[in-house]
Amino acid sequence: MYDGSRLRTAGLCVIAVVLVLASGPHAQGTAPASPLTLVTRDGRRPLPTTILNNQEFIALDDLASMFQLTVREDALAGGVTISYKGRTIVASADQPMASVNGRVVTMPAPVARIGRRLFVPIDFIARAVAPIYDSPIDLRRASRLLVVGNIRVARVVVRIDAAGPPTRASVEVTPALLVSSMFDAGRVLVRVEADMLDVAPPPAPAGLIDQIQATNQTTIIAFALNARAATPRVSTTTTTESTRVTIEIPPGAPAQETSAAPPPPPAPPPLGTLPAAPPAAEVVTPLPGQRTARLQTMVIDPGHGGDDAGVRGSKGALEKQVTLEVSRRLKSLIETRLGVRVVMTRDDDRAVSPDGRDAIANNSKADLFLSVHVNGAPAPAMKGAEVYYLRLDRAGEDARRSTAASELVLPAVGGGTRPIDVIRWDLAQASHVDNSSRFASMLEEELEKHTPMGPRPLQQAPIRVLSGVNMPAALVEIAYLTNAQQEQAVQSAEFQGGVAQAIFDAIVRFRAFLEAPATP
Amino acid sequence: MTPRLASLARGRRKHWLQFAAIVVIFAVAAWGASLLLERMVAPAPQQQSAPAPAAPAANVPHIIATLYYGTPDGQALASVKREVPLGEGPRAQGRQILQSELEAAPPPYVSLIPPGTTLRAFYITERGDAFVDLSPEVSTMHPGGSTNELLTVYAIVNAVTGNLTSVERVQILIDGKQADTLAGHVDLRRPFERDTSLVREAKGTR
Repeated sequence: MYDGSRLRTAGLCVIAVVLVLASGPHAQGTAPASPLTLVTRDGRRPLPTTILNNQEFIALDDLASMFQLTVREDALAGGVTISYKGRTIVASADQPMASVNGRVVTMPAPVARIGRRLFVPIDFIARAVAPIYDSPIDLRRASRLLVVGNIRVARVVVRIDAAGPPTRASVEVTPALLVSSMFDAGRVLVRVEADMLDVAPPPAPAGLIDQIQATNQTTIIAFALNARAATPRVSTTTTTESTRVTIEIPPGAPAQETSAAPPPPPAPPPLGTLPAAPPAAEVVTPLPGQRTARLQTMVIDPGHGGDDAGVRGSKGALEKQVTLEVSRRLKSLIETRLGVRVVMTRDDDRAVSPDGRDAIANNSKADLFLSVHVNGAPAPAMKGAEVYYLRLDRAGEDARRSTAASELVLPAVGGGTRPIDVIRWDLAQASHVDNSSRFASMLEEELEKHTPMGPRPLQQAPIRVLSGVNMPAALVEIAYLTNAQQEQAVQSAEFQGGVAQAIFDAIVRFRAFLEAPATP
Repeated sequence: MTPRLASLARGRRKHWLQFAAIVVIFAVAAWGASLLLERMVAPAPQQQSAPAPAAPAANVPHIIATLYYGTPDGQALASVKREVPLGEGPRAQGRQILQSELEAAPPPYVSLIPPGTTLRAFYITERGDAFVDLSPEVSTMHPGGSTNELLTVYAIVNAVTGNLTSVERVQILIDGKQADTLAGHVDLRRPFERDTSLVREAKGTR
C-alpha cells in the first residue's frame, strides 16, 4: 500500500513535469529589437534571444556551449539540472526560481520550451550562472551587452550641455578611467582607455557640433565640428566614480557678409560610418577601430648608473638613483594601465654606454624611447623640468639625405631577395625627428601641469643617447639636483609619482596621435 | 788678549757686519730687479686657481676677445669682452683665447669649465675645422646635467668661432682622443658650429 502510493505520487509528478514542459509557451518567440552582444577577450559576437510573454529568453544549449555547462532534464526533480565544475543549478520548470549551489534565487519566469529546445530568462545568466562561474559575468541590459571575463567596459554618456555658441558638450565615463583627447582636422577625438565602451545613445548634434559618433564599436568618441567653430578647449576632471571630459567650442571669426566674400572654409572631414546607418554617397574618413597597437613596445632609459652617478646634490642625492626610481614608477604605470611592453635600459645600478642603451632600444624594435635624467646647473637658483629632442647638425642632415637612398638587396630565406634600408647607427634618429618633436612637446605640456618648468622648457640639442635610436625619442630632465629645494623634492614619492603621471599622460597622448587617422 | 787687541777684534767684526749687510741689500735689490725685468719681458703667467685672471702686462700686445661664462643665475652664457695676449696667427691666437677661456670666471659670472682643465693642443685644418684637445679634468671633474654640459661645450665653441674668423666648426677632444660626451649628454663625436641661442649679452670690457 505504502509503496503503491509512492509510485503513484512519483508517476503523477513525472506526468505533471512533462505536461508543464509540454504546455510551456506554445507560440513561437519573437526576436528582440537588437541582439544581445557577448563580449569576451576573444572579441564580440551576437547572442540570439527571443521574446516570450514579454520576457526575454535565451536558449539553454547556447548558454551550455558558451559557458561549458552540462544540461540535463530532470523529471524527478521537476526541472533542469545544470552543472559546471561540480557546481549545480536546479531550475524549476513550473516556478520562477532556481537553486544555485543550494541557494534559492528568484527568476522572472520559469524554464520554457519551444519545440525541443529549452529556454531560460536572460536574467538567469546573472542570477544563476554568474555565481558558479569562474570568470566575472556582467549582464548590461540597457546596452545589450553580456561581458564575460576581466574586461574594462566603460559606461559612456555624451551630452550637449549648451548649444551656444559657445557650444559645450561633455563625455562622462564610468568608472573613472584614463581619457585622452586631441583636436585634429576639425574633429575632437576623445579616447577612453578601456577594452570597450558601453555607450548610451548620443544626443542629436547641436550648435557648433555637426556630428557625434559614439558607438560600442570603438573606444573613441568623435565630435565633428562646424566650419564656424574655433579651436575647442578640452578639460578633464576625475572623481572617485567617474571621469568627465568637457569640450567648449567657441565660435570662430564671423564671416564677412558681402557678395564678394570668399567661399567658406572646407568642412571638416565627415565622421566614420556608423554601422547602423552608413551614409550613402559621402566621402568618409574611417575612424580608427579597436586599438591598432602602433605603440606596442617602449624603452625607458634611466640616465647614468654604476660608476657614473650623474649630478650629485649638495645633500648627497644621486642622479642615477632618482632616474631609476622614476623610471620604475613609469614602467609600472605604463604596463598596468596601457598594456604596452616596457623595456628598461637598466633596472639596477649598472653602467650602460650610450651605444649600449641605443642597442637595447633598437634591438627591442621599440616604438618610443624616453631617457630620464635630473639636471645640473652652474648656479643653485636654477630649477624646473626641461625636455630635449635631437637637433641634427649640418653634417647630420647631409648624412641623412645620403643614407636615405642607401638600400641593399639581400637574399631572403626561402629564396628571392629583399631590400634592406641601410641606416647609419649614429644617425638612426634622423628620420624620426618630427615625431620626436611632437612627443617632446606633449611631454612639456603634461609636465607643466605637475611641476615647475625650467627657463627653456623645450629644447633641441645634440643629445648623444638620442642620436642612435631608430624611433621617436626624447630626454626629460625632471628637475635640477643642484637646487637644494628640488634635491629634496625629487626624492619624495609624491614628486616622483607626479612626474611619472605627467610622462604617462604624454605617452597616452602620443599614442593617440600615432593611432589617429591621417588627415586627408 | 790685551784690551787693545780686544778693541781691534770688535772693530773688525763691526766692519764685517756692515759688509754683510751691504751684500744682503744688494742681493735683495738684484733679485727684485730681475723679477721686475722678468715680468717686463715675459707674458703674464697662468693663474687658473685665482678667482680672476691677471691682466697682461701693459707692454705686451693684446687683443680684445669675446669669452663666454655662465650668467650669475646659471641660465645662459654671458659674452664678456676681455683682454687676451696677441698670438701670431690663428693657431697661436686660438691657444691664447682658449687659455683665457679656461681660467676662472670673473665675478659676477660663474665658471663653466671644471677647474684644473688645461689645453693640451689646438690646431686648425684647412677646411676651417678647429680641434680643441683638453685635459681629462674637463670630463672627470664635470658636475653633469644637460644644461651644464651644453653651457660648457658652447662656451668653448663660441669662444673659438666667435674670435677666429677662419674657424667654422669646433671639435672637442679629451686627452687626445675623440669622446662620446663630457658627462653623459652632449654628443662630442662630431664638430659643433657656432650657436648663440644660449647667449645672453653682457656689456662692458673686463
